[in-house]
Amino acid sequence: MLNNIWPVFIIISFSYAIFSGNLEHLNSAIFQSTSDAIMLSIDLLGTICLWNGIMQIASKTSLIDKLTNLLSPIIKILFPEIKKNKHIQKEISMNMIANILGLGNAATPLGLKAMKSMQKNNPQKDTLTNSMLVFIVLNTASIQLIPTTVIAIRNSLGSSNPTSIIFPVWIATICAAIARNSNCYVNY
Amino acid sequence: MQAVNFISSLAMPLIILLIVTYGLIEKNKVFDDFLEGAKEGIEIVFSILPTLVGLFVAIGALRNSGILDMMIRIITPILNVIQFPSEIMPLAMLRPISGSGSIAVATDIMKTYGVDSSIGIIASVIMGSTETTLYTIAVYTSSVKIKKTRFVLVASLVADVVGMLVSVGICKILS
Repeated sequence: MLNNIWPVFIIISFSYAIFSGNLEHLNSAIFQSTSDAIMLSIDLLGTICLWNGIMQIASKTSLIDKLTNLLSPIIKILFPEIKKNKHIQKEISMNMIANILGLGNAATPLGLKAMKSMQKNNPQKDTLTNSMLVFIVLNTASIQLIPTTVIAIRNSLGSSNPTSIIFPVWIATICAAIARNSNCYVNY
Repeated sequence: MQAVNFISSLAMPLIILLIVTYGLIEKNKVFDDFLEGAKEGIEIVFSILPTLVGLFVAIGALRNSGILDMMIRIITPILNVIQFPSEIMPLAMLRPISGSGSIAVATDIMKTYGVDSSIGIIASVIMGSTETTLYTIAVYTSSVKIKKTRFVLVASLVADVVGMLVSVGICKILS
């Protein structure tokens, strides 16, 4: 995927900048972007280590079995391929819970851990399995009870009712989620 | 508002507290377990770092070259036909590819048009109901060295468009 998108992004934006004489902006953006990527990686290093460690503790307790049982009806419908793999189900349910609670910086580490486990059972190591596909699509869906980031922005800008958007956000998220999953079933 | 703030700041500490306490109750060596997991975390970060550098340069170039503005000018007439407010368009274009970029643009839109104006509310709803799709897909696939991603990008982008159209629609109905 990135083998196609990446060069397209580079070619259209670099040639447009050259033709429109916007080179100074472009040059500073290139260096700014590399350091942004490294800054993000350093941030991620901390949160991913923390949450991977916490997840490791959790995976050895019965707490996580209880949560997995709670979510298992949904997991079984979404991921029929891994019906028998309790270990992956646990990791997927932790990721789902982090997403629902709006813990974005916990959801990514937990999600990557689940991807790693699913990759172990993948017969074609360079291709996404159906479960991986559904899982990634689920993680692009921003399923959360309370959209904390945007509420914080609204609050800082002095909104008279920062939380008024919660209900519309739910409706939009649900519609998008339905579109995602029907897309998956159509394309299998 | 206070209740929402409280619940959202409670979520993370409560989860960690619960997990560590549970580990202790079941007599596990919790710190050894923690270290085992954390070590694995380092590997994950190093495996996605090159992807992040490459992706960020391409997206930084896209944002700063001025080509997004040109594309927005081209599609504005189409947007007017389906009554999609063109003020939202920079956000809609940037949302799937850049997390920090879309936060900046959304904040700017809310400031310019008013945080409680209909444009400001639409921008908020779009921010709350969508994710940085391209980043998510790139990180998840590159962490396990997947090259063939099948239709995952198309499925996610179609859903993003649906989410944004519904955001605009629901805000117009409710206001």
